[in-house]
Amino acid sequence: MIKHLRSAADLDAPTATLILDTAAEMAALSGREVKKLPALRGRTVVNLFYEDSTRTRISFEAAAKRLSADVINFSAKGSSVSKGESLKDTALTLQAMGADAVVIRHSASGAPHRLANWVDGSVVNAGDGTHEHPTQALLDAYTMRSRLGRLDGLKVAIVGDVLHSRVARSNVLLLTTLGAQVTLVGPPTLIPLDVAAALAEKTQVSYDLDAVLPDSDVVMMLRVQTERMQDSYFPSAREYSRRYGLDVARMKKLPEHAIVMHPGPMNRGMEIAPEVADSPRSTIVEQVANGVSVRMAVLYLLLGGK
Amino acid sequence: MAQPRADAPSKIILAESDLHRVVDRIAHQILEKTSGATGTVLLGIPTRGVPLAHRLAARIHAFEGVEVPVGSLDITLYRDDLRLKATRALGRTELPPGGIDGLRVILVDDVLFSGRSVRAALDALNDVGRPSSVQLAVLVDRGHRQLPIRADYVGKNIPTALSESVKVTLTETDGADEVKLLGGLS
Repeated sequence: MIKHLRSAADLDAPTATLILDTAAEMAALSGREVKKLPALRGRTVVNLFYEDSTRTRISFEAAAKRLSADVINFSAKGSSVSKGESLKDTALTLQAMGADAVVIRHSASGAPHRLANWVDGSVVNAGDGTHEHPTQALLDAYTMRSRLGRLDGLKVAIVGDVLHSRVARSNVLLLTTLGAQVTLVGPPTLIPLDVAAALAEKTQVSYDLDAVLPDSDVVMMLRVQTERMQDSYFPSAREYSRRYGLDVARMKKLPEHAIVMHPGPMNRGMEIAPEVADSPRSTIVEQVANGVSVRMAVLYLLLGGK
Repeated sequence: MAQPRADAPSKIILAESDLHRVVDRIAHQILEKTSGATGTVLLGIPTRGVPLAHRLAARIHAFEGVEVPVGSLDITLYRDDLRLKATRALGRTELPPGGIDGLRVILVDDVLFSGRSVRAALDALNDVGRPSSVQLAVLVDRGHRQLPIRADYVGKNIPTALSESVKVTLTETDGADEVKLLGGLS
């Protein structure tokens, strides 16, 4: 088993499949009255969050606690970071406290890779800048597999702000490893040629959502990340929504069995219409529930053994 | 536990027909000791305890027409040696639809050795319900207990040396029914 989960590229097909299978067993255990399992008793998991997060932090915290690990939550606000402490010094502090795993979210792409050089424990990337978010990709793959029964040969459209999306990057890496065919869809400003070229071997790129929908098993809507957009990538929110938003009329173009995903948080009415987000095809709430099972599987497989 | 070499001498302890007779006998003993297996649930410990539990239930049904619910109880997350070995894949825990509360649970495993798996199973059981009582059925008891645990139903007692190992294969998991003793210093 691997030691760190810094990138979805750390996972080959057998390892990724093992994580998904383990997550399925964890999900089966989550229906019981006593949800706690003793596997990580005595281990310490630190949630090191330099960026705001609701679902990812809570999800990791719930996962670690269900496996009986001790959880220390660290958020940059109100800590020594606001006094100017560097990531390295913070890492050395955690090291001295004996953290067995550090779950890190950071605005700088590559922060988990640096951190892995400074601590002895396992490092789990919970989102670094515009780079990667591997556990989100795992829970998305898990959701697709549990809804549609397979990943191999599945046609997945990832729609929207590909440029800034760590979710998209991790999903492309993981889904192609597991045999799915990914098509990136969005305005040319948000899928620049260099990004398209870098991903060209693994994926297709389209600028026309309506053409892609009828041939998709999964459509994954990305959040328009206004906080990362200093420049204007499209003329107006209304125009973006008209061309790349998933509304009821567009949803009808999908095949009967297709599902609609969103990593959250959603901008309702922008990239996804409320009627679509709340429809039976939407897996948005399911994704959150699956997130806990998948993160339990990751923590167990990274920390459970020798 | 020391693993014997692949070319180590091996001895067949139970051939296919012996193994079937032993399962039949345990099924009879369960019927006898539980007054007809009412209020009883069989829980197999993965991997090979699960097919054994199903076989026992099938034999009990053949002998007396009683349907005994069967389930599986994975103990991986409850093991006390998790950290001593590489990470293990999880098995499946599946309780019968009626649950186990207030019922007599018979744990089923292939080999009883140190007793640590059974300890883990008792812990796991504690988290999934409250049976009225718990019993243990094993195909082979090879001795060398490290905990105060004993089986209620034993297919065969096999005196072993610590350097030896007992290998149970079943048609469902390994393609053949057999119990072998491997290794030793001979």
